[in-house]
Amino acid sequence: MAQVAPPADCKKQMLRFIFTRLTLIIPTFIGITLLAFLLVHSVPGDPIEVMAGERGVSAARHAQLLHDYGFDRPLYIQYLVYIEHVVSGDLGLSLITHSPVIEEFRQLFPATIELSLSAMLFAILLGLPAGIIAAVRRNSIFDHGVMGVSLTGYSMPIFWWGLLLIIFFSNTLDWTPVSGRIGAEYDVEPVTGFLLIDSLFSDDEGAFASAVSHLILPMVVLGTIPLAVIARMTRSSMLEVLGEDYIRTARAKGLAPIWVICVHALRNALIPVVTVIGLYIGSLFAGAILTETIFSWPGVGKWLVEAINRRDYPVLQGGVMLIGTVVMIVNLTVDVLYGFINPRIRHTR
Amino acid sequence: MATETERLVSSSPTPPGPIRETWRYFRQNPGAVGGLITIGIIILLAILADAISPHSPVAIHDDAFLRPPFWEEGGSLTYILGTDAIGRDMLSRLIHGTRYSLLIGSVVVTISLIGGVVVGLIAGFFRGATEILIMRFMDIVLTMPGLLLAIVIVAILGPGIINAVISVAIVYLPFFVRVTRAAVIGELVKDYVTASRVNGASTARLMFLTILPNCLAPLIVQATLSFSAAILDAAALGFLGLGAQAPTPEWGTMLADAREFVLRAWWVVTLPGLAILITVLAFNLMGDGLRDALDPRLKR
Repeated sequence: MAQVAPPADCKKQMLRFIFTRLTLIIPTFIGITLLAFLLVHSVPGDPIEVMAGERGVSAARHAQLLHDYGFDRPLYIQYLVYIEHVVSGDLGLSLITHSPVIEEFRQLFPATIELSLSAMLFAILLGLPAGIIAAVRRNSIFDHGVMGVSLTGYSMPIFWWGLLLIIFFSNTLDWTPVSGRIGAEYDVEPVTGFLLIDSLFSDDEGAFASAVSHLILPMVVLGTIPLAVIARMTRSSMLEVLGEDYIRTARAKGLAPIWVICVHALRNALIPVVTVIGLYIGSLFAGAILTETIFSWPGVGKWLVEAINRRDYPVLQGGVMLIGTVVMIVNLTVDVLYGFINPRIRHTR
Repeated sequence: MATETERLVSSSPTPPGPIRETWRYFRQNPGAVGGLITIGIIILLAILADAISPHSPVAIHDDAFLRPPFWEEGGSLTYILGTDAIGRDMLSRLIHGTRYSLLIGSVVVTISLIGGVVVGLIAGFFRGATEILIMRFMDIVLTMPGLLLAIVIVAILGPGIINAVISVAIVYLPFFVRVTRAAVIGELVKDYVTASRVNGASTARLMFLTILPNCLAPLIVQATLSFSAAILDAAALGFLGLGAQAPTPEWGTMLADAREFVLRAWWVVTLPGLAILITVLAFNLMGDGLRDALDPRLKR
């Protein structure tokens, strides 16, 4: 086969690819803010009544508040005012704690990132080797086992899975704590907000071990579905690559089988797997809503569910907007990175 | 030689119809057949729920709080799988739960299938600005993580089983739009469509009678897989207190009620979740089998 020279306009294509991806940011951001804005405005009853709650307000005070908050102005003006506030970083105050929504988010978000990243790491470290071995030993007991377990994991109601693990590991075996991020006896100064890092550098002995033991169960629960998907994806992608001619050539050359599998096959098989990993990072934040609720993990997911139950609309509005924006940025970054690692994507015309 | 070939061709049996052919592939997949049988049993349970449940799913038995299943100490055959915290029979509630799960799945799939097909047909058929507008909007919806979007919509509409179903249906709609549009664009360039157009078929006829039947295969697969995902999401909403409300014997809601007894009574927690897992697994197995059978190219 003749050597194919890289097209001259390679760089230009890459730039165009990035540009088209970036142009999606603005409409998506408008969509997310619109959703968050409509959220508060579609609540039955008007927002003042919602804020007043069961106490209620007098008619005069009600009219005054409507005017103060600008709720008597046309809807599109209200939306523009809201956007102006959002852009300047003002997401309002929580109705319950009266602290700025953005500040609460900033304090809780590291906990969610810590949980999501460890879950993803868990899923990759277990899913990749499982998928590779299943593909290499196709139709073996191991292969059937991996496929069966991963289909079950994929169908798992993770909120139930979390409760099962609590029954077994926390209650029956008494190995891990039931809730929270670290034992109450440790007082770790939040430098990075990531307790694993903070506790490692703190003077408290045992703080790190406590943080790890708190993290294990939520990590497994949140990582279960990505683990199942990664294992399945790795297996099917490896099977496809292992049937290619260049693998037969590599084998015929007398290369060690492990070398053929880990270098020749894996490098090409990983491309679709990386996409799936990227796509799942975004949805992990949503899965964290359930996991954090079960394990009382003090992250943004639990915060959102509490806001719904307490009818804390500014928190709900701000939280949805912020999480939506974070997921959007993560997805777009993954898209662009994917363009870098897989030239086929940017060369498709 | 030529006559020999002709004879062979003319004597070969008629090719099997699409349904028969699909069934032939489907039958070879033990997982898929197992899924189909399980779904059949679940449907039967749902139909016969009133007849086979030993008790009413909402009846409260004052003398039997948190009774364990019959094989555990303190259990009895009156309540085969035990009772919950306020003395309702677990088995009867689990059986009646099949109705809610199947209903949730079918309503969600029906709404998002019909909505998605219509929007997807419009996008694929008219192309241009209409298509860009529709697909960009769907991209925006897809950016939001599904469960988060469902939670937001329920927060707007208010908690309850109907609103939970609507919100989950909205979450799955974009997938059907994408699948339909892709299939329509693939079909539009084929000769039979041109022939029909030349024959003077109206746009609506072209869309729904000529093209749509040929786009069914990917839609059926998407529908089966969405069915299981919808059951999971609706159960998650029930678990968060946003879906079906007590005393409805919906499995997710039952789990939410059981949470505080997680360390005292394993059965009130384990059984509803197991029911969800089995149902979802059955639909996923069948969906995988259907995908392989309908599109052998995708066979993994």
